[in-house]
Amino acid sequence: MDFDLSSEQAQLKDSVERLMGAVYGSLDARQALAKEPLGFSEKGWAQFAELGLTGIPFSEEEGGFGGGPVETMVVMEALGKGLALEPYLASVVLGGGAVRFSGSAEQKARIIPGIVDGSLRLALAFTEKQSRYDLYDVATSARRTETGFVLDGAKSVVINGDSAHRIVVSARTDGGRRDETGISLFLVDAAAPGVRTRGYPTQDGGRAAEIAFSGVVLGEETLLGSLGAGLPILERVADHAIAALAAEAVGIMDALHGLTVDYLKTRQQFGVAIGQFQVLQHRAVDMLMALEQARSMALYAAMMVGHPDAAERTAALSAVKVQINRSCRLVGQEAVQLHGGIGMTMEYLGAHYFKRLTMIESLFGDTSHHLRRIGQAGGLVSAS
Amino acid sequence: MDLRFTPEEIAFRDEVRQFFRTEIPASIRRKVSEGLGLAREDYVTSQRIMNARGWAVPHWPREWGGQDWSPIQRYIFTEEMLLAAVPLPQQFNCYMVGPVIAAFGSPSQKEKHLARIANLDEWWCQGFSEPGAGSDLASLKTRAVRDGEHYIVNGQKAWTTLGQHADWIFCLVRTDPAAKKQAGISFILIDMKTPGITVRPIITLEGRHEVNEIFFDDVRVPVENLVGEENRGWDYAKFLLANERVGIARIGLSKERLARIKRLAKEMPAGDGVLWDDADFRERFALVEIELKALEITQMRVVAAQGRRDPNKPDPASSILKIKGSQLQQATTELLLEVAGPFALAAPLRTGDLSNDWPFEHDWADAAAASYFNNRKVSIYGGSNEIQKNIIAKAVLGL
Repeated sequence: MDFDLSSEQAQLKDSVERLMGAVYGSLDARQALAKEPLGFSEKGWAQFAELGLTGIPFSEEEGGFGGGPVETMVVMEALGKGLALEPYLASVVLGGGAVRFSGSAEQKARIIPGIVDGSLRLALAFTEKQSRYDLYDVATSARRTETGFVLDGAKSVVINGDSAHRIVVSARTDGGRRDETGISLFLVDAAAPGVRTRGYPTQDGGRAAEIAFSGVVLGEETLLGSLGAGLPILERVADHAIAALAAEAVGIMDALHGLTVDYLKTRQQFGVAIGQFQVLQHRAVDMLMALEQARSMALYAAMMVGHPDAAERTAALSAVKVQINRSCRLVGQEAVQLHGGIGMTMEYLGAHYFKRLTMIESLFGDTSHHLRRIGQAGGLVSAS
Repeated sequence: MDLRFTPEEIAFRDEVRQFFRTEIPASIRRKVSEGLGLAREDYVTSQRIMNARGWAVPHWPREWGGQDWSPIQRYIFTEEMLLAAVPLPQQFNCYMVGPVIAAFGSPSQKEKHLARIANLDEWWCQGFSEPGAGSDLASLKTRAVRDGEHYIVNGQKAWTTLGQHADWIFCLVRTDPAAKKQAGISFILIDMKTPGITVRPIITLEGRHEVNEIFFDDVRVPVENLVGEENRGWDYAKFLLANERVGIARIGLSKERLARIKRLAKEMPAGDGVLWDDADFRERFALVEIELKALEITQMRVVAAQGRRDPNKPDPASSILKIKGSQLQQATTELLLEVAGPFALAAPLRTGDLSNDWPFEHDWADAAAASYFNNRKVSIYGGSNEIQKNIIAKAVLGL
C-alpha cells in the first residue's frame, strides 16, 4: 500500500501544472479563451498533444503512452486547478475511452493516432431530452440497411460536441426505449450530411452542443463493438469519466480551499483577520474534511475503475460520485460564504471554481441518482 | 502508487482474522457486537488470550512485549480486531499508561508495572478530567503537595471510565500552583487501595455504570510514583494523547455494526416485506457506507504515510479521523435505532446470561437505544469534536 506518486508521475504533475500556467496565466486570459469559437485555443490543445497528455490512457501498441488511472488522475487534478477549457475529458476520456474499450484493431488504428496527436477531437453523445442520467434510456435509433445503418434522433448537452470531429453516439438498434440491451455505439462524422449541431456556452465556461441526426447514413465500419452490446461499454466509459471528474474536483477543491483560507488570514473586519473567529475556523475545517474525504474517494476511483467485475466497479464509482458531489456542494458553497461579497463576483477566481464544482455534480449522475443505484444494488460490495 | 495490500500483508490479515474469530470466546464478541457492555472478566479473558499470543501490546517497545510490526500491519491488526467484535485491549492500560511508563517511567516503574499492565493483572484508569476541567484540561485543580517522601493528593477527578474496576489510576495533578497552567502539572501513579480514595458511580443516560467520580482526600502517594520529572506531566499527557491515533476512527467497528444493521433490516418486517426493501432506508444506509469507505481510505493514507512524514507537520488527513470517525459511529447507532423502530422503546433488564424475558421477537432491540444514547459520548471524549476543529484550524490551516 503506497499512496505516493512515482517520480514520473510527479514529473507529469509538474508539467501539466506548468502548462496550465503557460496557457492561461490569469483568469482574464482564460475568460478570453472561453469566448473563442471552439471555447478554447487550438494552440493550447496542440500543447496538450505535444506534452503527450492526449496519449496517456492509450497503450503503446495503440500509439499512446500506456498510462493508467493514476496518470489520468494526476492530469485531471491539475486541469481542475487550472480550470482548463480544453476538451480533454470529451476527447480523450469519453470518446477515446469508447474507442479504446470497444474499437476493432482497424478502428483503433484509424482513430487513436489522431486523438493522440491532437488533430482529431472526439465527443460522446449519450444524453437525451428524457434520459436524465440513465445511460440505457435511448430513443435515438439506428436502423439496419443493406450497407450499414441510418441514424435518427437527437442528443443533448454533448460536452464539447461543437468542436469534435467525430461523435460517439449511442443509438438503439433493437428493443424499447429503456431496455438495457439493443443499444449500439457508432462513430459518427460530425460533418456527415444530416448531422446538425448547435453549440452553446456552459455555466462553467466550457461548451456543449445539441446534436440532431436525421437520416444520417452510416457504414458498417462506424459500429463500435458488437451490435446491441453498447451499454456495458457506455457504463465503463462513464465510470472512467467519474474517476476523472473526481480528480478534477479534488484539484479544484484543493485550490478553492487554499484561496479561502488565505482570504480568512488577510481579510480584516472588526480590527482583526476574520480567520480569528472560531465560527469561521470551524467552517474552514469542515471544508478541509470534505476535501480530504473527496481526495480519498478520487484515489479509490483510480483503484477501482479498472476492476474486472463490472458490478463491483460500478458500485464503487457510484460511491465515489456521491462523496465527490457532496464535497463539491459543501466546499463550493462554504467558499462563497466565507468570502462574502467578493465570492459573488465574476472577476473572482473562486467563483469560477464554485461554478465548475456545481457542474461536476450534475455530470454522470447526481447524488440521488447514484445513491439510488447503490441502494438498488444492496449497498457497497465489501472491499475486503 | 499501489493501493493494494502485499501478499505478505494479506497473509498476516488472514492469520489475525483466524485468531480473533477462533480464539476469543464468541460470548464476549457477541456482547461487543450487540453493545451489551462487558464485565471486567470479559476484558481480562480476552486480553490474556491476546497477551499469551504476544499480541496485547504490539505497539509497545520490543523489550516490553511489542512486535516489530509495520504501521500497515498494526492497522490491519486493529481493524481485524474491530471487525471481529473483539474488545480492544484495555485502553487505559495498553494505549495510555503503558506507553508513557515505557517512554518516561523509572526502571523500577517499568519492572513493577509493564508486564502486569500488558496481562491486565493490574487494571488502570485515567485521572485527567475534573468537574471544572473538561475541554480546558490544563485548568485542573487536583493538588499534590510534597511531604517528605510522599505527595499528599487532594481533589476530584471526573468521568473516570471503568474506574470501578481499577487497581491503579494515573493522574494529572498540580504540583506547582504558582506556575502557569500547563507548566505546573505532574503525572503520578496512584494505587487505588490507598486510604482517602472514594469512587462514586456516575450512571450514564442509557442506565449503565461506565464512568465514575473519584475523590482524593489527603491521599499519600510515594514520591517514587512520579513519572518522569515533576511539572513535566503535560508533556507526557500530550505524548499519551498522540500515541496510537490509528484506530481512533473505529472504522472496523462501524463496518461491523453496518453489517449487523443490514442483517437485522433484512429480518425486520415492514409493509409487505422487510425494512431492507424500503428504498429510502437503503439510500440512507448507503450514505453512511460511502462516507465510511472514504474514511477508510483516508485512514489508509495516514497509515501509509506513517513514519515518513515530518512529525512536526500535522497530517491534514489524520486530523479528520477522530471527527469523522465519531460522526460515523453515531450515524450507525442512528440507523440501528431506526431498524429497531417501535421496539426500541422497550427497556427490559437483561439477566446475567444476557437473555431477556421479553415477550416479543426482536430481543436485540433494547440495546439499540442504549447504544444510541451511549454513543453520544464519542464526539465528546478525547477532546470534543469542537476542540478537534480548533486544533485543526490552528495546526493545519494556520488560522
